Amino acid sequence: MLYAFLCYNNESAVMSWTPEEDDAVMAKLDVVHKKLEAEGRFGPALRLLPTTAATTLKKEKDLVMDGPYAETKEQLLGFYVIDCENLDHALEIARELGQANPGGAYEIRPVRLFVPGVPGIGVS
Amino acid sequence: MSDADWIPAALTAARPQAMGALLRYFRNLDIAEEAFQEACIKALKNWPQNGPPRDPAAWLIFVGRNVAIDAVRKKSRELALPDEESLSDLDDAEGDLAERLDSADYRDDVLRLLFVCCHPDLPGTQQIALALRIVSGLTVPQIARAFLVSEAAMEQRITRAKRKVASAGVPFETPSAADRAERLAAVMAMIYLVFNEGYSASGDDARASLCEEAIRLGRLLLRLFAAEPEVMGLVALMLLQHSRSAARFDAHGEIVLLDDQDRGRWHRGMIAEGLALIDKAIRHRQRGPYQVQAAIAALHARAEKPEDTDWAQIDLLYGALEQIEPSPVVTLNRAVAVSKAHGPELALAMIEPLAARLSNYFHFHGVKGGLLLQLGRHDDARIAFDRAIALANSPAEAAHIRMHIDRMKKATVTKR
Repeated sequence: MLYAFLCYNNESAVMSWTPEEDDAVMAKLDVVHKKLEAEGRFGPALRLLPTTAATTLKKEKDLVMDGPYAETKEQLLGFYVIDCENLDHALEIARELGQANPGGAYEIRPVRLFVPGVPGIGVS
Repeated sequence: MSDADWIPAALTAARPQAMGALLRYFRNLDIAEEAFQEACIKALKNWPQNGPPRDPAAWLIFVGRNVAIDAVRKKSRELALPDEESLSDLDDAEGDLAERLDSADYRDDVLRLLFVCCHPDLPGTQQIALALRIVSGLTVPQIARAFLVSEAAMEQRITRAKRKVASAGVPFETPSAADRAERLAAVMAMIYLVFNEGYSASGDDARASLCEEAIRLGRLLLRLFAAEPEVMGLVALMLLQHSRSAARFDAHGEIVLLDDQDRGRWHRGMIAEGLALIDKAIRHRQRGPYQVQAAIAALHARAEKPEDTDWAQIDLLYGALEQIEPSPVVTLNRAVAVSKAHGPELALAMIEPLAARLSNYFHFHGVKGGLLLQLGRHDDARIAFDRAIALANSPAEAAHIRMHIDRMKKATVTKR
């Protein structure tokens, strides 16, 4: 069974780490990542850019908003990782997806770090 | 992170909001600061045992306010408030308070706190020192180190700045839209001053950390004003400039020019964030000076090799910047782009009219010397370089010009 692990934390506190503190946390995480990778369990892992870099498309009204998706009445049901030329291209793709599946919103958040993990994981 | 390592970062992160709210309550910087300090001391005792509160800022505001009021009451021999140390997140009183604080006042509180540091009567250096003390919570010794002055001198500078702010009166009424825009502009300028204070430092850690602090404040401002393209531009500009920090100086602390930098050492994460923010800003179609400068920095960041740089586009962007904010320094920068795109002759003609206004500006003579050198006018170049050395702001700047002179001498010797 594949499980997605969604990482939550106090963003402004994490953003207040010094570069050294940030590096230290990443190094500790990397030890765990490597172990999981050796076991053949590690799928793609992402570190997102801060919410200030996010843009949100509300599908029904085709409304583009700066910032993260702030409503609490919807729940996170899935996510995509798509290689886009720029934000306009990303919004174009989001609209196309939104037409196939209306309702709710897409928060478009650029990725800071992408670790591909073990190739072919989850493909049986 | 383990044990209580997370607490300092949590306190730093919560500081602007908590200080902003305490300043609103007490309308006095010193009382607000004292209340915040007391709350931090209690947090250091309470948080390791009880774990992080759900909303650290609300916790600090609540506790800080009680401590300060308690102090007043003790003085007037009234009953003390209940002990804050028994408080936890499950406490309904705190929960309710947190919500009331959050929604209504957060944005204006933080903006006011930043804005009191930007009083127009305060010189730039005092604005920065005050912001680093009040908003960022750096200690006086830390700030003194960053400014290369004694602690006593910095203490005095901050005290003087605070006195001026207090006598001017802190603006407590909820700002109108126009006031808010004006405050925002002043705060952006102050944050960029903090950044430049760090950026001009050569490999000095105490000062270079000011760049990171400025970026942190910029992101804070952007969280408050999520749809302001100029705030996006400011944060993007700082990120893109700071992304080059590891490559900007060599092992001896000497400046490495953009063309000679090891682009592999540029920070990809900062570049990605800067480019993403410019993309967001452009959608608003409201041009502004920070956005244009960020767009110029982005063209450098996008070039994998120096020769890939789109100098013609940079020339156009500087042209746009000249229209928004005419300044001889902008024209000087534009001339560098022109020299790359169209040759040194045209660039030299562009900067000649600036000579009077920039006669005491290091970079003017440095650029002029460089252009003359490209044109083979070595004697004239030497005069310009000598003038630049005399005006250098740091040993690294002077050393960089000397390197040009040495190369020029070698070239002349070889020719003979």
